[in-house]
Amino acid sequence: MIALLGLIAGVALGMATQTDVPAFLVPYLPIAVVAALDALAGAARALLDGLFDDRVFVVSFFSNVLVAALLVFIGDQLGVGSQLSTAVLVVLGIRIFSNAASIRRKLFSA
Amino acid sequence: MTSDRRSAPASGSAAWRRLARALRPRVTKAHLTAGLLCLVLGFGAATQVKQVGKADFSKLRQDELVEVLDQLDARASRLEAENLALERERDRLESDQTSQQAAAEAARQRVEVQGILAGTIAARGPGISLTVRDPDRKLTAAAAYLLVDELRNAGAEAISVGPVRVVAATYFKDCAAGGCVIVDGVELAPPYDWLAIGDPSTLETALGIPGGALAAVRTQGGSSTIVAEDDVAITAIRILAPPSYATAIE
Repeated sequence: MIALLGLIAGVALGMATQTDVPAFLVPYLPIAVVAALDALAGAARALLDGLFDDRVFVVSFFSNVLVAALLVFIGDQLGVGSQLSTAVLVVLGIRIFSNAASIRRKLFSA
Repeated sequence: MTSDRRSAPASGSAAWRRLARALRPRVTKAHLTAGLLCLVLGFGAATQVKQVGKADFSKLRQDELVEVLDQLDARASRLEAENLALERERDRLESDQTSQQAAAEAARQRVEVQGILAGTIAARGPGISLTVRDPDRKLTAAAAYLLVDELRNAGAEAISVGPVRVVAATYFKDCAAGGCVIVDGVELAPPYDWLAIGDPSTLETALGIPGGALAAVRTQGGSSTIVAEDDVAITAIRILAPPSYATAIE
């Protein structure tokens, strides 16, 4: 409940405030957001499994974001930034899908 | 990663129960942590959405910028080349048009000159009008021919007698009954109305010289009247058939 409220409040805050993303963060923010979404999906799945642990959630959230940003950063340094961020996005997308499928199976047994 | 953990398959109702319990508003450390992280996520997502909406070059990577620049360069040079080709085409068309106009003008002038000389178009200009009367009906075709000869010698550029345009191929013939003349197959009876375009005074003088054409007319019992005019219109024309055998030597 509080998590949902937090999500809504965050979106509202982001929309309401005129935040300029610092230039050095610009390539990483979209990847970081998708990585965080992946962590969220994983947390939702663990919740339904009865295995939710806030410590694990926090760690996975930040490690996801950091690893994704790090990959993109390394890709940028190697001159394959756009390709590598595509690769990261594909992997994260697959993970979100599989987590969503898992959640669907638990809730609807289908 | 929580999602990496494996658990015994939960039944559907157990999963729903856990979901319901999680949605119950309770202030625990776990809920607060999750809420905080979700707030961060929501904020980041919304900020990114707004950033995308701005759509400028500032968020492109260097290699993407280079690519955009390359594309623009290639596009510019392609357009440049197209512009050049179109300009060349335009110049070509313009010069074509000019030369075609000149050619058309020259052709029109040639048609006019040759049409007047060949008698295929009506002509006007200074000249004389000559009436030859023949009360005794004694004039012969030879007298008429002499008249034409005299006019041509005097520089007449276009001649007609009655409704007939006199050209290079014109012939004169006495008609069977006598006292009239057949010109190019048209039988003409006196008085004969001649029109000639040329220098009026020269024509008048040439016809009037002693022993000349009008003298011959008078000898045969005819009389004549010459009127010099500033504007003689010769509307009689000669219809020419295109040559069947002869072709031009280029």
